[in-house]
Amino acid sequence: MKLLRLVPDNTRFGFMRFRRVSFPLSALLSIVSVVTFLWLGMNVGIDFKGGTVVELQARGDRANIAQVRETASGLNLGDVEVQEFGSPREVILRVGLQEGGDAAQAQVVTKLRNAFEAAYEFRRVEVVGPRVSQELVQNGTIGVLLAIMVILVYLWFRYEWQFAVGAVIATMHDLVLTIGFYAVTQIQFDQTSIAAILTIIGYSLNDTVVVYDRVRELLRKYKKIGLHELLDLSMNSTLSRTVITSITAILALIALAIFGGDTIQGFCLAMLFGIVVGTYSSIFVAAPILIYLGVRVGEGVGAAAGNADKAINSGATK
Amino acid sequence: MFRQSTLKSVLIAFTLFFAAYVSLPTILGPDRMKAITGMLPSFLVPKGAIKLGLDLRGGVHVMLETDKAGLSRDLVRQLQEDVRRVLRTERVAPTGGIVAQSRGVSFRVTDAAARTRILPKIQELSVPVSNAVLGNTGQRSLEVIDLGDGLIQLVITDAELNERIRRAVDQSIEIFRRRIDPEGVKEPSIQRQGLDRIVVQVPGAQNSKEITDVLQPGKLEFRMVSEPGANPAEIETLPYTDEGGGTIQVERRVLVRGEDLTSAEPTFDQRTGEPVVSFRFNVKGAQAFAKVTTENVGKPFAIILDNKVISAPRIISPITQGQGQISGRFTVERANALSILLRSGALPASFTLVEERTVGAGLGADSIDAAVVASIVSLVAVSIFTLATYGVFGIIALVALTVNFMLLIALMALLGSTLTLPGIAGIVLTLAIAVDSNVLIYERIREEQAAGRSAISSLDSGFTRALATILDANITSFLASAILYLVGTGAVKGFAVTTSLGIATTIFTAFTLTRMMVAAWYRWFKPKSVPI
Repeated sequence: MKLLRLVPDNTRFGFMRFRRVSFPLSALLSIVSVVTFLWLGMNVGIDFKGGTVVELQARGDRANIAQVRETASGLNLGDVEVQEFGSPREVILRVGLQEGGDAAQAQVVTKLRNAFEAAYEFRRVEVVGPRVSQELVQNGTIGVLLAIMVILVYLWFRYEWQFAVGAVIATMHDLVLTIGFYAVTQIQFDQTSIAAILTIIGYSLNDTVVVYDRVRELLRKYKKIGLHELLDLSMNSTLSRTVITSITAILALIALAIFGGDTIQGFCLAMLFGIVVGTYSSIFVAAPILIYLGVRVGEGVGAAAGNADKAINSGATK
Repeated sequence: MFRQSTLKSVLIAFTLFFAAYVSLPTILGPDRMKAITGMLPSFLVPKGAIKLGLDLRGGVHVMLETDKAGLSRDLVRQLQEDVRRVLRTERVAPTGGIVAQSRGVSFRVTDAAARTRILPKIQELSVPVSNAVLGNTGQRSLEVIDLGDGLIQLVITDAELNERIRRAVDQSIEIFRRRIDPEGVKEPSIQRQGLDRIVVQVPGAQNSKEITDVLQPGKLEFRMVSEPGANPAEIETLPYTDEGGGTIQVERRVLVRGEDLTSAEPTFDQRTGEPVVSFRFNVKGAQAFAKVTTENVGKPFAIILDNKVISAPRIISPITQGQGQISGRFTVERANALSILLRSGALPASFTLVEERTVGAGLGADSIDAAVVASIVSLVAVSIFTLATYGVFGIIALVALTVNFMLLIALMALLGSTLTLPGIAGIVLTLAIAVDSNVLIYERIREEQAAGRSAISSLDSGFTRALATILDANITSFLASAILYLVGTGAVKGFAVTTSLGIATTIFTAFTLTRMMVAAWYRWFKPKSVPI
């Protein structure tokens, strides 16, 4: 049987030379992300800004959106956003945070139920009060920062400092671009988005570590090749794995995004974007940046690491 | 490497068998499980399937927060009473009365002799704060400060306030349990979160109102409606919910309280047919009620629930039997909820709803269906891709993947974790991680072979070198998931659980099963080169 071979065996792509393109490209995308984020902002969900979301399903054939909008605006709840959701039978209502704290907030659902219960089934109700939403913002931010720090420390212990710094720069790059993705697409940013961001960070680092592992290995093996060439060799020898793994993840996520239902669609789209960006950044950001961070051939490899390498070699020849 | 010890193989086989056994209830579902249960002795039947989260099975999730300000107001009021009692017994009159403050009281006793006499008695009001967990905390409930110039201030300490909040929350949890699930069939989960919050989850509930209705304090009081010309200091104005609303003036003095009820049942008024709640007092309540109704025939009294007057009937004749009924234009549901409220006793504090998430059973079922379809499609897509890329080694990868999935389910069942929608996304993602470990191994083998090694040598060094990378790469992902678990709430936590468990099972299968299968394949075929 002829097996699928996505990356030919003797691929010699000049990844390092490509940095003249990839660095400006990354810089440009990062700037676009930051600008869009500052200009448009994100479509922040009620998890982080408080408010009420109600998903209704018409008991009849289809929802009468105009009528729902009219009834809702008569309830004195401030701005109510009414949208079709999924099928013509379903409507989603978003009500902003009420003045008068948690108590007023809790009244919103009662009012909506009285108004719509007869003609619509309440499929989903979410109410998040002002303080809870603040806490969720705090926890989310702390989580992302903590994750980056812990991983930085781990990589610093495991590798040399240049690798840790390179990995963190690549991760920040992915983080900025993902936030830009949320700003550009206006996909709702909620608790699951924090999960998506942390998973993207995890995936991107996973990819970076695989590439760095190879760089370290080759650094020990070839003391005479220049760093430029050595990095190219590392990228090319891991390229097949990088591509196959990304495709597997992308296949799984596309299935989830199409068939998994509206609730997790945004989550899956963000992850898809993140995996593409994470793969790109491992090859075109994390690796070339080592040139600037001063990793030198024959240096930056501790004695202990050298021994471990010997152990692996002797283990392999048994 | 390929001469694996028999003991190791047996251990691996045993682990897999055990995992398959534990995951049975989850994979088969309760109905098919029952069919098997009949054939086996009960101690052999594995228990505990993975629980479905509220987003998948439908239900109500609410988070409530104790009204701390209200609780501390109650404490201040009580303190005021205590101080007043001490001063009265010592026959000392404070200049300007006893002033309530936000966290304590103050009063002025200008006579130095009287002050030295009462100070020790006031000190006695401050008692050691004891705690259910720590026992005596070494802290006292009050701080008594002599501000000079005869002014004495009593401040309620943080330790005391927190202990009161803790106790109020604990008692309320018990009361909620009785109210939400009087028959003990709904499997609600009612838990404290932090110091002052309670999370209530009721699977299968459709309308949060049926839950929030019974989360009211339920403080019932009987007082007289004030008469014209009454002392303004002794009356207060409360909202009136009967007869078109408005407000009504009632006396501050409470005649009988809800604590003195022995029973409360929803019934119908015999004359009007309207839903009402009929109740019965204990001896103390009955005596007090008989006395009041005898003395006040012809006058209206107020039935007050949570500081709202729900009805104000006129006393037609003395009620001496200690029973009566509360009417207030109730619906049948409301009368039912109210009687549950009154039976279970009043909450020691009031609560505000700070978060609610309700998912209808229909949406939950739709989500499960969508998730199952999505999982199958992604599994098929990944399988085809893996087989096309690696051929026979692809089969080994898929077997490892299946085992991985089974181990994940077994672990979740053993840990009693809950499966949520993001959790399913996590499982699908785990699929990609698991395939990646095989990809790393196979690509390394391919490289080693391309470098001119023999089949056995390529396999050997391919495994050894790839495993180091797998470990490194997965530890970083695991750290990210672990942090997500720590900071995440609800459904997101479910995602963190499945991904971190998935990483653990991936490492396990890569190190044991995949290796074992490749070794078996090599021994069987003795190939000259690896077809990869």
